Amino acid sequence: MPSSVIKNLHLELARYRNRLKVGVGFVLALTLILAARLVYLQLVKHEHYQHLAESNRITLVPSVPNRGVIYDRNGRILADNFSGYTLEITVARAGDLDALLRQIGELIEITPRHLRQFKRLREESHEFETVPLKNRLTDVEVAILASNRYRLPGAEVKARLFRNYPAGEGLSHVIGYIGRINDRDLKSLRETGKIAGYKGGTHIGKVGIEQYYEDILHGRTGFEQMETDSAGRAVRILSQTPPIAGHDLILNLDMELQRVAEFAFGDYRGGLVAIDPNNGGVLAMVSKPGFDPNLFVEGIDPAAWKELNESIDTPMVNRPLRGIYPPGSTIKPFLALGALELGLRKPSDTIADPGYFSLPGSSHRYRDWKKEGHGVVDLHDSIVHSCDTYYYRLAVEMGVERMHDFLARFGLGSKSGVDLQNESSGLLPSKEWKQRRWKQPWYLGETVIAGIGQGYHLATPMQLAAATAMLANGGTFYRPRLVKAIRHSETREERAIPPEVAWKDRFDPAHLAHVRQAMVDVLKPGGTAARAGADAPYDIAGKTGTAQVVGIRQGAKYDASKLAERHRDHALFVAFAPAEAPRIALAVLVENGGSGSGTAAPIARAVFDYYLSGKKPEGVPILEDYESAGD
Amino acid sequence: MNQPAIKRLLAEASRHLDGMLLALLIVLLGVSVAVVFSASGQSGARLAGHLTNIAAAMAVLIVVANVPPHILAKLGPPLYVLGLVLLLGVALFGEIRNGSRRWLPLGFTSIQPSELMKIALPLMLAWYFQQREATLRLRHFGMAAVLIALPFLLILRQPDLGTSLLIAASGFYILFLAGLSWKIIAGLGVAGGLSLPIAWNLLHDYQRQRVLTLFDPMSDPLGAGYHIIQSTIAIGSGGAFGKGWLSGTQNQLDFVPERTTDFIFAVFSEEFGLLGVILLLLLYLAIVARGLRIADQAPSMFARLMAGAISLNFFTYIFVNIGMVSGILPVVGVPLPLMSYGGTALVTLMIGFGMLMSLATHRKLLKT
Repeated sequence: MPSSVIKNLHLELARYRNRLKVGVGFVLALTLILAARLVYLQLVKHEHYQHLAESNRITLVPSVPNRGVIYDRNGRILADNFSGYTLEITVARAGDLDALLRQIGELIEITPRHLRQFKRLREESHEFETVPLKNRLTDVEVAILASNRYRLPGAEVKARLFRNYPAGEGLSHVIGYIGRINDRDLKSLRETGKIAGYKGGTHIGKVGIEQYYEDILHGRTGFEQMETDSAGRAVRILSQTPPIAGHDLILNLDMELQRVAEFAFGDYRGGLVAIDPNNGGVLAMVSKPGFDPNLFVEGIDPAAWKELNESIDTPMVNRPLRGIYPPGSTIKPFLALGALELGLRKPSDTIADPGYFSLPGSSHRYRDWKKEGHGVVDLHDSIVHSCDTYYYRLAVEMGVERMHDFLARFGLGSKSGVDLQNESSGLLPSKEWKQRRWKQPWYLGETVIAGIGQGYHLATPMQLAAATAMLANGGTFYRPRLVKAIRHSETREERAIPPEVAWKDRFDPAHLAHVRQAMVDVLKPGGTAARAGADAPYDIAGKTGTAQVVGIRQGAKYDASKLAERHRDHALFVAFAPAEAPRIALAVLVENGGSGSGTAAPIARAVFDYYLSGKKPEGVPILEDYESAGD
Repeated sequence: MNQPAIKRLLAEASRHLDGMLLALLIVLLGVSVAVVFSASGQSGARLAGHLTNIAAAMAVLIVVANVPPHILAKLGPPLYVLGLVLLLGVALFGEIRNGSRRWLPLGFTSIQPSELMKIALPLMLAWYFQQREATLRLRHFGMAAVLIALPFLLILRQPDLGTSLLIAASGFYILFLAGLSWKIIAGLGVAGGLSLPIAWNLLHDYQRQRVLTLFDPMSDPLGAGYHIIQSTIAIGSGGAFGKGWLSGTQNQLDFVPERTTDFIFAVFSEEFGLLGVILLLLLYLAIVARGLRIADQAPSMFARLMAGAISLNFFTYIFVNIGMVSGILPVVGVPLPLMSYGGTALVTLMIGFGMLMSLATHRKLLKT
C-alpha cells in the first residue's frame, strides 16, 4: 500500500470521527428543540390544552320539552302531541342530493308534494340543518329505510313528537298552529332573550292560542352533558337536566257548542263569538271557512298555500277577530240605552215614521227599511221593529260626539283584549277621527246613517259579542278569555285564570230593563226575529242587523257566477239568554246572509238551544273521543 | 433436526446480535405494543397484527444481522438499480392514490418503491465510497450527488415531497460523513435558502396548505389544521404525568387522527405525559448513541458510513415525526420509528438495525 494512501486513510478517518461528533451535536440540538416544544405544550400551556380537551369531549345536548296539551272546558283534546317517525335529510352530508331523493323514492312513496315541501323547507334552512322529507312514516316505511340506511348517506329516520289538531278546520283560527322556527322567529327570540329555551327545538307557535300562550305551552328545555367522540356520537351521559314539559291549557271553549255553531252556519261564511257574560269566557268562536292547521305544522306545501291564500272565501282571515263589518241595526239597543241615559228620550216618547227622515232644510230622504213607515213608534217598538227613522232622528239629536263616547263605553272602537294576537280595533268614528284621518269636517248626513250602524262605523264580531255581554250583565266589561285555566305540567295543579274586569259602568237599571224587554220582544211574535225565537223555553234578548256590502274587499280573483251572491247584505244578530239571568251572549255575522232575522238569528238559536237546554240540531257530526290523537 | 443442531444454529445466529441494541429495541417495542393497544381502542385484532409485524421484523433483523458486511456492500448497486427501475415504473404505470402516484401495481399486490430506496440509496453510496476509499476526490462527491438526485427527483414528482427530502437526507448523511467539504455544505445551504421562493412556487397546493397550516392551524380547523390542532391538544392536555394508560380522552374518544400510525406520539404523550416523553426520547437517544458508537468503531469505510447514516436516519425520522405531531413541522406521512403500527416501515427499520448489528459483530472478520 503506498504511503499516500495510508496518509489519506488516516486523514479520512480523522475527518470521519470529526463528522460523527458534529452528528452527535446535531442529534442533541434537535432533541433539545423537541424537548423544548414538549415542555412548552405539556407544562407551560398544559391548562390551556386541558381545557380544550375537556370542551372537546363534553357537549351540551339540549332535550326538547313536550309541548303542553290544549283541552276544551270538558277535557276534550284540541291540540296534543303524538310520537312518530320522520325521515330527515342533512343536505351537507347527502352528497348527490338528487340521487339520494331518487333512491328514497324507489324505497318508499315520495309524492311531488313531499318534494315541493322539502324544497321550500330546504331554502329556509342551512346546509347542516336536517330538513324533513316525509313525516309520519308508517312502520313498514321505517323498517324499509332502516334496512337500507347504509345506502342513504345523509338520510336518517328520527323519532319525534308531532303536533296534532284533532278538531281540524273548526278551531283553526282559535288554536292556530305551530310551525318550524324561521329566521323571523329566531330574530324575535333573540331580541326577547328567549333563544336559549329553543336550543334543539324546531317548532314555535305561529298563530292563535299556540302563539299567544307560547311561553306557557313551550316548557323548559333540558340539557344533557354528553361525552362525545370526534364524530359527535354520544359515548355516555355525564349529567342531566331533564326538560320540563309545557303546561296544559284548558279553554273556556266548549267543543260541542263549537260544533253546533259551525253546523248551524251551513255553507255560509262568517263569524260567531259566544261569551259567558258573567266572566268573559269565550264559549265558542267560529270563523268560517277555516283551514286544516295540521297542514302548517311541518310546513305547508306551496300549492296548498296558494290555494288557501288566493281563495275568494279567504279562509285564512280570522273573521271574529279581524273581520270588520258595519254593525248595522245591532247598534240600536245601545243607542236606545244611550238615549235614555243621556235623557234624550223617555220610554214613552214617540215619533211618527212616514218611512223616511229628512234633515231640516234638505229634501234628501233617508229611507226606512220599511217603505211605508212604521207609524207611531216609541223606544220599545223602535227596537222590536228595528225602526230606522227613529234612530236617524235620535242620532241627529245625540250628535256624533256623544254617540261615539257612549258606544265607546261598550268597548266599540277598541280592541276587546281577547287572548289572541292581531285583533282589529274596528272603527268608531268621531269628528276628531275624521279630521285626522281624512282632513275633512264631519257632515251631518254622516251622523244620520251612523244612527243605524252604517257609514264609517266598523266592528268585529268579537267587539259586538263583548259589548252584548256587557249589556247582558248590566255594565261590566270582561276581557274575553279563551283560556280558562292552566294545568301545571308537573304538579298537575290547575290554576284558574281569574276573570278580568276591564271596566265597570253604571246604567240606570230601569233603562237597562226597558232595553232588555224590547230585545226580548224582538224574538216574540211581531218582532223582527220572531221566527228564530219561536217556542224557546227561555227568553232570548236579541237584535237583528244587516250591513250593506260595499264591495269585495279581499279576493284578487273574481268569479262571475258568485258575484251576485257576494253583493248580498251581511246578516247580523246579537243576543243573550236567558234574558233575565244571562249565561251566554253572542254576536253572529253571516257574510252575504241577506237578513239578520233570516240567517243569523237561527244560528244563535241553535247555539242557545244546545248551551241552555242541551238540544242538538239533527245532523251535527258526532264528536269521537279525541283521546287517541294518532293517525 | 435434532435439539443440539437447533441450539447450535441459534448460538451461531445470536453471535451476530448486538446485545445492548437488541435490549433497547425490545424495550421500545414493548412500549409500542402498549401504546398501539390503547390507540386502537383496545382492539385485540390490532394487537395481534402488531405482534405479528414485530415477530416478522425481528426475524428479518436476525437474518440481516447474519449477512456479512462485504455481501451487504455488494447488494448496494443491484438494489439501487432495482429501486430506480421500480420508481420509473411508478412514474409510468403507477396507481394514483389520494392524488399522487406512489404505488406500483404488481397484479397480486402493490408496492411503494420509495420504501426500498430508503435502504438502497445509502447502501449504494456507502459501497461507492468504499470503492474509492483513500482516493476520494470532489468529482466522486459529484457522482454521489447524481446518485441522490435521481431517486429524489423521481419521488418528488410523484409527488411526495416529504419522502423525497428524507431520502435525500439519508444520502446526504453519507456524503457528510465521507467528508464533504464544509464550503460545499455551506454553499448548498445558501443555494437552498435562495431557491426557497422558487421551490414554493413549484409546490402543489396541498403541500403549500400543509406548510401554511403549520403556522396557523386555525385557518383550516376542519381540514388540514384538524390533525395538528387535535394532536397538540392531546399532547398539551397530557401534562407532566399524563392521563394514564388507556385513559387519554383525546385518544379514546377518537379525536386524534391516524392515532395508531403517524400520530401515535400524540397518544403516547397524552397518556404518559412529559415524564413519559422524556423517557421515550432518552430511549431513542440511547439507540442513536449505540448506533453512532458502532459507527465510530467500525473497521471499514463502508461500515462507518453505513452505520453512521443508519443512526442519523433513524433519528431524522423520530425528529420529523415528533416535530410534525407537536406542530413544529408540516404534516408529512412519516411514522414514528419503533412505535407506530405498520409492517413495512418496521421491517425497513429492522433491516437497518440488522445491518448495524452485522457491522458491529463482523468487525474482526473484515480487515482492511
